[in-house]
Amino acid sequence: MSNKETGFHQARWNEPVIYDLSSPGERGILVPEAEEAIKESVGDASSRVPEGMKRRRAAVLPEMGQSRVLQHYLRLAQETLGRDLNIDVGQGTCTMKYNPPINEVFVTTPKLSALHPLQDEQTVQGVLEIYYKLDRFMREISGLDRFSFQPGGGSHAIYAMASMVRAYFEERGEERDEIVTTLFSHPSDAAVPRLKGYKVIIVPAEEDGFVRLSSLEEVISERTAALFITNPEDTGIFNPNIRKFTDLVHSFGGLCGYDQANANGILGITRAREAGFDMSFFNLHKTFSSPHGCGGPGSGAIGVTDELAAFLPVPLVDHDEEADRYFLNYDLPHTIGKVKDYYGVIPAVVRAYAWIMSLGADGLRQVARIAVLNNNYLLSKMRKIKGVEAPFAPGRHRLEQVRYSWQRLTEDTGVLTTDIQRRVADYGGHYWMSHEPWVVPQPVTLEPTESYSKTELDKYASIMESISKEAYEEPEMVKGSPYNSTIGKMADHSYLDDPQKWAITWRAYKKKYSGYFEPRTGD
Amino acid sequence: MDKKKLVHPYIPNSVPQVQEEMLAAIGAGSVDELYELIPDELLFKGELDIPDGYLDEYSLRRHMDELLAKNTPTSERLSFLGGGCSPHYVPAICDVINSRSEFLTAYAGEPYEDHGRFQALFEYASMLAELVEMDVVSVPTYDGSQAAASALRMACRITGRNAVIIPRSLNPDRASIIKNYCYPQIEVLTVDYDKQTGSIDVADLQDKLSDHIAAVYLENPSFLGTIETSSQEISDLAHENGALCVVGVDPISLGVLAPPPQYGADLVCGELQSLGIHMYYGGGRGGFIASPDEERIVSEFPTRLFGIVPTGDRAWGFGDVAWERTSFAKREDAKEYVGTMAALWGITAGVYLALMGPQGMEDVGRTIMERSAYAASQLGKIEGVISPALNTPFFQEFIANLDGTGKTAREVNDALLEMGIYGGIDLSKSFPKLGESLMLCVTEVHTKQDIDRLVASVREIVEGR
Repeated sequence: MSNKETGFHQARWNEPVIYDLSSPGERGILVPEAEEAIKESVGDASSRVPEGMKRRRAAVLPEMGQSRVLQHYLRLAQETLGRDLNIDVGQGTCTMKYNPPINEVFVTTPKLSALHPLQDEQTVQGVLEIYYKLDRFMREISGLDRFSFQPGGGSHAIYAMASMVRAYFEERGEERDEIVTTLFSHPSDAAVPRLKGYKVIIVPAEEDGFVRLSSLEEVISERTAALFITNPEDTGIFNPNIRKFTDLVHSFGGLCGYDQANANGILGITRAREAGFDMSFFNLHKTFSSPHGCGGPGSGAIGVTDELAAFLPVPLVDHDEEADRYFLNYDLPHTIGKVKDYYGVIPAVVRAYAWIMSLGADGLRQVARIAVLNNNYLLSKMRKIKGVEAPFAPGRHRLEQVRYSWQRLTEDTGVLTTDIQRRVADYGGHYWMSHEPWVVPQPVTLEPTESYSKTELDKYASIMESISKEAYEEPEMVKGSPYNSTIGKMADHSYLDDPQKWAITWRAYKKKYSGYFEPRTGD
Repeated sequence: MDKKKLVHPYIPNSVPQVQEEMLAAIGAGSVDELYELIPDELLFKGELDIPDGYLDEYSLRRHMDELLAKNTPTSERLSFLGGGCSPHYVPAICDVINSRSEFLTAYAGEPYEDHGRFQALFEYASMLAELVEMDVVSVPTYDGSQAAASALRMACRITGRNAVIIPRSLNPDRASIIKNYCYPQIEVLTVDYDKQTGSIDVADLQDKLSDHIAAVYLENPSFLGTIETSSQEISDLAHENGALCVVGVDPISLGVLAPPPQYGADLVCGELQSLGIHMYYGGGRGGFIASPDEERIVSEFPTRLFGIVPTGDRAWGFGDVAWERTSFAKREDAKEYVGTMAALWGITAGVYLALMGPQGMEDVGRTIMERSAYAASQLGKIEGVISPALNTPFFQEFIANLDGTGKTAREVNDALLEMGIYGGIDLSKSFPKLGESLMLCVTEVHTKQDIDRLVASVREIVEGR
């Protein structure tokens, strides 16, 4: 069922699983051989490996000529909808902004890619300078005093925060066993404190979407080690009482950690410092334009006040003014040690630095202001579409994103947000619903960022409008979608949830099935 | 020029007239109005101390090139640095695929419009599964250290115990990451190693094993480069005590070294960097966890797992297996947590394994063993140098002890640097009982000429000629 709006059809190659492309004896690449003189000198080096530690049979890997390997992966690429190829406002909370290709030039050069992490410091002054200056920029943007880029993503930064909270109170000899977060904060704000041994208390929002100070007052006590809170929340609503929240937690001696994974609407507008936070983090793969790479590598820039700086992971990068030399500083008295290998995802650090330098301070504010303008513009278009609503904060403007609800459309037509999600693929777009639990029924979260033109936002809204119309006129068609995507609908989820049926690798598939999903029996 | 009116190429709606139209559609008088929910006292009214920037791309390029020119990468020198981040040849196709817009700029799309991403990661897991001979492989974690730390937490949940044993010969950074990740619920004990062989001290292990121990962790090759020749004995001891054996590997060794289940591993983990990923100053990392296909184990994975699914038209579909385990679904009741980790490097490692095939993996393993063995023995011919210093078969990395030369490891490294060579990792501080030692990494990228140059240079430094 083609869509009338665009007539789009994604590439559909029906590409086999790579093992079915294997042909015995073919080679994809040859490997340098040791020189004859070396072979003569050392003999059969592998004979030194004890029998029990030798591989007995070759690994079952595909055998393919180079051209077919390239073709296979290019076809899979065509069956993947990168941000560069679509109006990617449908992955709310992910900040799918433009990833300038010039920044890839700075990352792919051997000047960066061929650096070993343990080279002498005098041979890596360029990358250390970038790391150091990005720290300085982040201090400005947050108002905090010191940053580390060691965490590999936002959740990893939350992990660094929770680790520092624990170390901080142990150093002070205080026993506190609770971390408080809100239901609209990211799931990792709840999951990570549990990992670090804390009891987690979740504060719900009221019907208007706001967390009441009084709700927080009920749970904050001397047992509170920290508050971890996302702001603006996934709903795109800025919590106007945030300073009262942090004051409350501080009055009981607790720490405050700000989840600013999505800070795209507030760059240069409002900061962690003024909101009273002790710690905060930014995702360099969201707000600061490092591409998302199909799900990483990303980077979580973790910042703290002076009081907590000695607890950061090591090393930090410092500058010796006298010698005009940048160096790795391991000398932090209370460091939590390391959370990740070496110094973090350096390519993301370099891209974030270059991106900030391509905008300057005024440009950063412009990014935030246009992201918010774009979002409220899209909201104004969405409000006119039948079956969709924007719950909470009635009559108020939003920041960088909105969590909408198709509840009315579902009641009217039986079409679910998951059906719309598949149908959007027929229009060449993305569509993400919500973190769990679904407090907003039949949700979808849209975040336009600063990167799309008015015309493109009109286009995305018109896709939503078309699908709404389809839902009211041909609900069964929407439920059966997609039709113009890479594959047709997968109906049976038991293949993902039933241990007897799931196959996480081809090897497991071959053990469980013969032919196309025909269960193996009798052997 | 008024900077506030500048139309920026990354921000199409920075055109003032368009903004007016949009504000009219919204019914707002200004962009400031849209920030109505932020109280005045929280609005930042100062100036960000950030440079004006290089708004045109050429100037940005000049600026960045000048900064990056201050780096002298391994490609411009001869380098023998390893220690878990090792120089390997990256096939051109690996870079072609991971720099494609489709993969580079995708994120968390669905199994339809992002079908290719799911398939590429399923295939990556499938190929790695064959290398380690396990039926389940995770979507990549942050790095090999995170994979080890998560595997040890998994072992604790599987066994219902709360202590693990790691070797003292482990990379100190990895040990720090594991200890931090296990803290505070899990006790991390350390088993000693033999300074003659680098191997785990089995007697010490026996002393430390008890019915509190959930797992014994070992690596092949070890951080010090040695092959753990008692791996079978260690896993037997773990099993006799009701513990699991968790093995960390460098996957590039597995064309010649045994897949860990062959000597009793219950969980396998490792770092992907050697499989087609550049070093990026230590920023090119991804980890994996592998296990048997048993529900009680699979349900303990914190990471995403992709599985294969039928469609109505007999095409291959893919999706998330056992989603309800994850923190996306379960929040504070999840198995650890999951987030954006290192998917692009999983795709890249898959491309690498597809190119190499069974023969390529065997060949690269053999070349590395031959060249590193040659380098070790040639260095050992220098007066006062004991190399290889550990009396055990090794893969790729070995230790050259300099105690007999009268020079410190630092002095030799500094002199090598002067000669355009990045020497080995100085172990004198992190492994003091190994004396003044350098750990050197030799792979398929080092020719005989490179190795001979290293040896001649070290000889010149220590023998003074």
